[in-house]
Amino acid sequence: MTGPRFTRWAEGALVHAALWGAVLAALYPVLWVVSTALSPRELTVKPRAIPWPSAPSLENFRTVVGATDAAKAQLFLTQVGNSLVVSLATAFIAVAVATPAAYALARFEFVGQKASLRTLLATQLFPTVASAVPLYLLLDALNLLDSRSGLVLVYAASAVPFALFQLRASFQAVPPELEEAAMVDGATRFGAFRLVAVPAIRPALAVTALFAVMSSWNEFILASTLLSRETSFTLPVVLQRYVGEYDAAWGPFAAGSILVSLPVMGIFYVLQRHLVAGLTSGAVKG
Amino acid sequence: MRLVCFSIAFFIASIFLAPKNAVAAPPAESGAGRPRVNLWHAYRGDEEAALHRALEAYRRLTEVEVEALAIPFEAYGSKLAAAVPRGHGPDVFIEAHERLGVYARDALVAPAGDAFPDEDLARYDATSVEAVSKGGVRYGVPLASKCLALFVNEQLVPREIAYLEELLALPGLAPGNYPLAYEATSAFFHAPFLHAFGGSFLGADGHFAFAELSSARALGFVKHLADEQLIPEEPSGTLVIDLFASGRAAAVVSGPWLAGELGNKVRYRVQPLPKLAAAGQGVMRPFLTVETAMLSPKGAARPEARAFARWLGSTASAVVRAEKGHQVVATLAAWDAPAVKSDALLVAFHRAVESAVPTPSTLAMRAAWEPANRAIRKVLRGDTEPEDALHEAATRFEDATRPLPPAASPWGALAVAGFSAVAGIVYFVRRARMPRFRRALAASLPSYAYAAPATLAITLLVIVPLAAGAATSLFVGTREDPRYVGLANYVAILTARGAGLFAQGSFYRTLLVTVSWMTVNIVFHVVIGVALGLLLSRPAMRLKGLYRVLLIVPWAVPSYVTALAWKGMFHKQFGSLNAMLATFGFEPRAWFARFDTAFSANVATNVWLGFPFMMVVAMAALTNVPQEVMEAAELDGASRWKRLRFVTLPMIAPTLIPAIALGAAWTFNMFNVVFLVSGGEPDGSTDILVSEAYRWAFTRDAQYGYAAAYAVLIFVVLSLMSRLLTRLRGPEGQTP
Repeated sequence: MTGPRFTRWAEGALVHAALWGAVLAALYPVLWVVSTALSPRELTVKPRAIPWPSAPSLENFRTVVGATDAAKAQLFLTQVGNSLVVSLATAFIAVAVATPAAYALARFEFVGQKASLRTLLATQLFPTVASAVPLYLLLDALNLLDSRSGLVLVYAASAVPFALFQLRASFQAVPPELEEAAMVDGATRFGAFRLVAVPAIRPALAVTALFAVMSSWNEFILASTLLSRETSFTLPVVLQRYVGEYDAAWGPFAAGSILVSLPVMGIFYVLQRHLVAGLTSGAVKG
Repeated sequence: MRLVCFSIAFFIASIFLAPKNAVAAPPAESGAGRPRVNLWHAYRGDEEAALHRALEAYRRLTEVEVEALAIPFEAYGSKLAAAVPRGHGPDVFIEAHERLGVYARDALVAPAGDAFPDEDLARYDATSVEAVSKGGVRYGVPLASKCLALFVNEQLVPREIAYLEELLALPGLAPGNYPLAYEATSAFFHAPFLHAFGGSFLGADGHFAFAELSSARALGFVKHLADEQLIPEEPSGTLVIDLFASGRAAAVVSGPWLAGELGNKVRYRVQPLPKLAAAGQGVMRPFLTVETAMLSPKGAARPEARAFARWLGSTASAVVRAEKGHQVVATLAAWDAPAVKSDALLVAFHRAVESAVPTPSTLAMRAAWEPANRAIRKVLRGDTEPEDALHEAATRFEDATRPLPPAASPWGALAVAGFSAVAGIVYFVRRARMPRFRRALAASLPSYAYAAPATLAITLLVIVPLAAGAATSLFVGTREDPRYVGLANYVAILTARGAGLFAQGSFYRTLLVTVSWMTVNIVFHVVIGVALGLLLSRPAMRLKGLYRVLLIVPWAVPSYVTALAWKGMFHKQFGSLNAMLATFGFEPRAWFARFDTAFSANVATNVWLGFPFMMVVAMAALTNVPQEVMEAAELDGASRWKRLRFVTLPMIAPTLIPAIALGAAWTFNMFNVVFLVSGGEPDGSTDILVSEAYRWAFTRDAQYGYAAAYAVLIFVVLSLMSRLLTRLRGPEGQTP
């Protein structure tokens, strides 16, 4: 009995070793950022393999968190709030808008289906070199300049194409028999969609939401073009302020980057619990 | 239909009802309260604090409320360009004088008028006045000057340096230490050497003078400094500061901003840049930047904005900015104030300013930086002799500033557009008459209800802006004064503007690089992502949540800072990669000196940044695989690979393929890693199509139409590729 057991144990150990290797590779470059963040002024004059500050201090973190506006009112928490509101609203709207459309694309046949899929793909192939100014004009016309709502709309719309493709593929992976059974039991088509199909693609919804959160959380160009008040700035705009024309305050920039990434990891930790297998398995033959 | 209704309602509500914490600033002339003047700037730290202090003083002085907004430097120009033509944006903004050329052309700045009346001429130093004037018109109020000077370590260099050669021959320097450090690979820092040899970037008539003999001599001199290891290799701004702060560089060339970084870590003195004996005693004259209070057309029309701009140049304001913000102010009387007069650092910089040359504010100068930078890097890497590099730079400059194509008649395009519109209408009317089509349309109506919000959002906020962007590819010139040129931009790109079709920087060559960039990246993303996804989806797995969170860290930390951390790891002298290589006995490599290693550095960074996305998508896809299949795979060791290949992968492929396809397209257009890590080095060879488009839009004379044509061509290439792939996958292959 020790044979297979040992193999299992060894395999487990191997998997953990591989994962720790991956974790190290993922964290190593971030260590440099952490080191810069913890150093009042990082000296890189000696080539080193392991980054660690000579005199760690939290000064840079204090600088970032303690930022105030001209009237000495605190700014950082407001701006964290802006980023959270914008990202979560973006994720919510993007998913809410994309889910029914993805369902229609996956389950129904309609005139213009192929064309709309092609158009959707096309929007992702086009580099956005020059769309900041047209967007500015558009939001100006809608009277949504310099508001978080305007930014959310733009972000959500740009997150929708990926969400549509992802959710459509996931709906297609759900056996149609599930919804048919529900409709036999008296559910409407929309009811089957809402009560059967949507819960079945929870993992994809989580990933889509995460994607929308991420893309808005770190977006800088549009946020800085469309927002014109310190109190409405999102975090990437705030961080980029530490980089000037001639020089950059890398310490606060690095400290801010780390602070900025923490809420995202929190959001991911919550969402990843939806990434569990077996939601649809077993429901239909297998 | 509740959810649909709900989402539509939410959508609309978010437009109209969501907390508008920042409704557009109240109209400046609004009667309620004090009149407002909007001021934009990009100052940080002490300079920002000093500006705020000056504004407080102004508030006590007048009825006017000045609202200052600090904007990240990186977004400053594009934000001005977006806001000012629409009548939004600032009344007054602070900007370097060298951008006047572009801003005046684009009507972002208006003449200063009575913000700078003739009677104020004696108020400022003559050089500053010259810098803010263009064609006899004064475009702003000069506030402060920035130029390079010599920071000298007092312990290592006891007396003032008259000739740079004294410094280079400094006795008693420990090995590995440098007599001089500066950002040698930047044209801005190279300028003093160039000027000392009597050269310049542009001639008086605007021709590219950088290709002349004096430039070759200046470059040869700097190359000699590098060869003798008198200056450090691959010197970044951070490295220069660190070397000086740790006493490993006896002197550095830098500007006033360095003082803030140094604090009191090292005892130093500032002096003007010395003479160069090797250049026949030529003075190392740096470029001078004059920070200027400029008036937008909106602000220039308002007396209170003009009065405020004028006041910013006043002695009262200048003394505060000099004393608290350590600015080398342009206002002469401020230098009599005791607190300013006694500031040794300020006085030293004031001296340095006297020998400086104002940076030309012409459009040609903007186009000159990039060719000059590339030539300098090429020579310092030892790739070419100075003469050849300069000749190439001249060609590049000609290329970027070539005359714009002549206006084309728009009738051809209008005829094509009109004809296709008519044909489309006829086609739809005829189809709509067919009963079969009508039935199909009626059957589609429920689907349209599901898709309506998404369609609306994408059409309005994605497709319309993209189409507007694409349309600019048919134009040249500025947004205010566009000229229709038909397909001239496309023709120029596709014929490589007369150069060889596979020459450096040509469309076809860059396309090859881009395709390999995309392919290599996506292969690594998918292989690493799916492998980790598989490991993290094992049914009985401890610490799953912890691994998952730690492995998305590369995605979570802003890529701007991590990309720069990667760049630092690849530094030749001080990077950790070479440090690791050294422990295994390998020679250090200059990663950015060759295409293959620079390309690999970019790929390594982008793979690191992008694998978590694929991993998360793979984890989601794996949830479709029934538990039993996963468990069976655990038990049945021998056929595990087969199971993966023939059961698991086919099961997750449908959900993975959209992400892979879109991921490929995004990678194709992922310019910021290329920008931040290799920066196109060596010699633009690692640039991809999008970074080329960005260079045309933002560094080469702001040719937006040209950049847009690049964007459209990228779109065409990607569409063809996706068609081809769909074809290859056969009839059951889906889109995408």
